[in-house]
Amino acid sequence: MAIFSVYVVNKAGGLIYQLDHYAPRAESEKTFGFPLELVLRPHDERVLVAFGQRDGVRVGHAVLAINGLEVNGRLTADGRDVLEFLSSPANFPVAIRFGRPRLSSNEKLMLASMFHSLFAIGSQLSPEPGSSGIEMLETDTFKLHCFQTLTGIKFVVLADPRQSGIDSLLRKIYEIYSDFALKNPFYSLEMPIRCELFDQHLKLALEVAEKAGPFGPGL
Amino acid sequence: MARQGSRGGAESKKMSSELFTLTYGALVTQLCKDYENDEDVNKQLDKMGYNIGVRLIEDFLARSNVGRCHDFRETADVIAKVAFKMYLGITPSITNWSPAGDEFSLILENNPLVDFVELPDNHSSLIYSNLLCGVLRGALEMVQMAVDVKFVQDTLKGDGVTEIRMKFIRRIEDNLPAGEE
Repeated sequence: MAIFSVYVVNKAGGLIYQLDHYAPRAESEKTFGFPLELVLRPHDERVLVAFGQRDGVRVGHAVLAINGLEVNGRLTADGRDVLEFLSSPANFPVAIRFGRPRLSSNEKLMLASMFHSLFAIGSQLSPEPGSSGIEMLETDTFKLHCFQTLTGIKFVVLADPRQSGIDSLLRKIYEIYSDFALKNPFYSLEMPIRCELFDQHLKLALEVAEKAGPFGPGL
Repeated sequence: MARQGSRGGAESKKMSSELFTLTYGALVTQLCKDYENDEDVNKQLDKMGYNIGVRLIEDFLARSNVGRCHDFRETADVIAKVAFKMYLGITPSITNWSPAGDEFSLILENNPLVDFVELPDNHSSLIYSNLLCGVLRGALEMVQMAVDVKFVQDTLKGDGVTEIRMKFIRRIEDNLPAGEE
């Protein structure tokens, strides 16, 4: 059982808080000879595997490090283009680490505002009158749970599909938000939440939720 | 602030209303020193109340299981019976409905903010508890209700009771959350 991430979206669709609550997925490092048995392609400031799946390297994985040195977007640690570097036989054999690209903060912002619109579309498309927006979105690997308060703030939790007690967790997060973000006089409304106490209590609540499953009322 | 809220059993954080009353008194006294006339003090209190209200509403909603009000009468009930009870430990009575149902009065028999106060003669236009007006206005604005709130009677000024008049102005449609009619 696991809770993967928490997002808080303000009423304008801006992401004001995000927390990833899981260790990065297994990354695989492999030494390659020339020519490379994988097809790589540049995509959005990253180099991704376009074709060829072997030894834990999957299509869609990004190049994370070459010869142990972290790459910097599409450039190697010493500033050379990754694709160019890998096209020259002189640089082989080479050890490349692949892994699932993590979302950048910009991408998270985009996804949050996209969900904000989807939520609104959900309620507008509804054949039944008086429908809420999207409250739960299910996939093979995770469930997204969304709770919108009467004031329009959305709390979004991504969790394992089998994880129970998410509804009470969402209420609990709302309480934590009202206690540790809003009662902090130095927090301004609608702005990103950078409050240590909020962080602490949220993490605690996630751990409790993962262990115990459902919360009792008002805990 | 004698909070009788639903924080849940042993965990509930109640505190003596005297601490709140005294702190509030210190605030008003300071404002009276800082500003020359009472009108400015009233304005500041309202503004501070507003800023408290827009935050307090989230606390209120997170702790009480109150849904959206679709009628001003419902709103009046929630304010008097749930919110005032939760944050001030009192339950004002609701009276004087206007025929259109868009105005009512909250009658406070004992306002905890004024427990120890005697208004001096030179502060006759000071609305001592004006912070409450701002709180009510700010909190309701966050749930899309524009409301006019003012004191029309005050025991501090020799009236028999304290009366807060609430007037519904309009629904704020522009930032209505999705999925709410």
